[in-house]
Amino acid sequence: MSDIHKLSGAYALDALDDIERARFEQHLLGCEDCRSEVAELQETAALLASTVEATPPPALRDSVLAGIAHVRPLPPSTPVPARRRWLPLLVAAALVLVAGVGTAVWQPWTDDTPRLTAAEQVMDAPDAETVAIDLGEAGRAEVVRSVSEDRAVIVTEDMASAPDGMVYQVWLQSPEGEMVPAGLMAPRADQTMLLEGPAGDSLAAGITVEPEGGSLQPTSDPIALFEFESG
Amino acid sequence: MEKLSAIEDGAPDGAPSLVELLTRAGRGDEAAFAQFYDATSPRAYGLALRVVRNPAHAEEVTQEAYLDAWRSSGRFDPAAGSPAGWLLTIVHRKAVDRVRSVEASTKRDVTWQREARPVDHDETAESVQASLEAQRVRTAIATLTDVQREAVELTYFGGYTHTEVATMLEVPLGTAKTRIRDGLIRLRDLMGVGS
Repeated sequence: MSDIHKLSGAYALDALDDIERARFEQHLLGCEDCRSEVAELQETAALLASTVEATPPPALRDSVLAGIAHVRPLPPSTPVPARRRWLPLLVAAALVLVAGVGTAVWQPWTDDTPRLTAAEQVMDAPDAETVAIDLGEAGRAEVVRSVSEDRAVIVTEDMASAPDGMVYQVWLQSPEGEMVPAGLMAPRADQTMLLEGPAGDSLAAGITVEPEGGSLQPTSDPIALFEFESG
Repeated sequence: MEKLSAIEDGAPDGAPSLVELLTRAGRGDEAAFAQFYDATSPRAYGLALRVVRNPAHAEEVTQEAYLDAWRSSGRFDPAAGSPAGWLLTIVHRKAVDRVRSVEASTKRDVTWQREARPVDHDETAESVQASLEAQRVRTAIATLTDVQREAVELTYFGGYTHTEVATMLEVPLGTAKTRIRDGLIRLRDLMGVGS
């Protein structure tokens, strides 16, 4: 068992700082065992409250009931929990789309030419697996991963800009659930980018919004999470 | 996952269960939510008060938690846990966020936990059933090792991070993390959560 699983108890007791919490929540997305354990431990933790019951002031009841009168309950969620609303859709014909979009590769740290070849190699690999996500108003993104090439490529289409002073950063999730930095995206709506680092055994790729220059670990929940099927 | 059912629903015979009340609240039934509030607020407010300790802050935290609960009542999933557990998870998170955000201005006294005494029952609104459950919980807590118990209580009631708890208990960080989890797992098993 890797170390991050052992944070389930501290997470259930809200005993993680913000960064640890964000990291563990990333881990939860890919770890059914931890999700199940966290649910049980949160239920257990709540039992502790039975030992500290106290009579609330009567005015609190009035405030609460007055408050809810102005708030509309949210509609029921779809069967997918809200946190996972970016669940990937597998799109069979995505390679055709990729071919139409992938005319340029942006890499801030190297010459374009060899990378273009590498990106194409990934997308042309016989075992290329495409996970596409519709971001609605914010555009569309897909990640193509080839286990044999051990690399992944992200392709965006009509993607909204990151907020001022922020960038989109891409991550690869290791088999241990760690989010490994895989590069910063160019401030362009349409692009094809080869992700940094090996991707053959990654569980997923994700995009987060990070301060300019990027972060060593995600500091926020992903706006899109691409879960790979194979590997 | 099995339905988590360790927290008794607390509904007297013939009265709607907390699940029913939440379901109705999700459709905009304010009276059902008022009943839900009446059944759960001593625990919710008591927890908020224990963590933030300032009664005015505890009221704010409790009110915010109930507003969140009302807003998301239609999304409560009975298969994922009990209504009370769900609500108290919201309350606890808000209480912890509150103590951490005011921490800089009012440094908490890290020795409080060791001096704290069980709540005076004359001042509480415990129902008979709730006090039976509280007794079961206290009995279970008493079986933890000292480090497990202190680690769980400092995090849950004190709102401290596991890093802070490691320092307070003078144990390595990995030890604090493990004791917190081991302690909770033992309580889970003793209380029959998820089984």
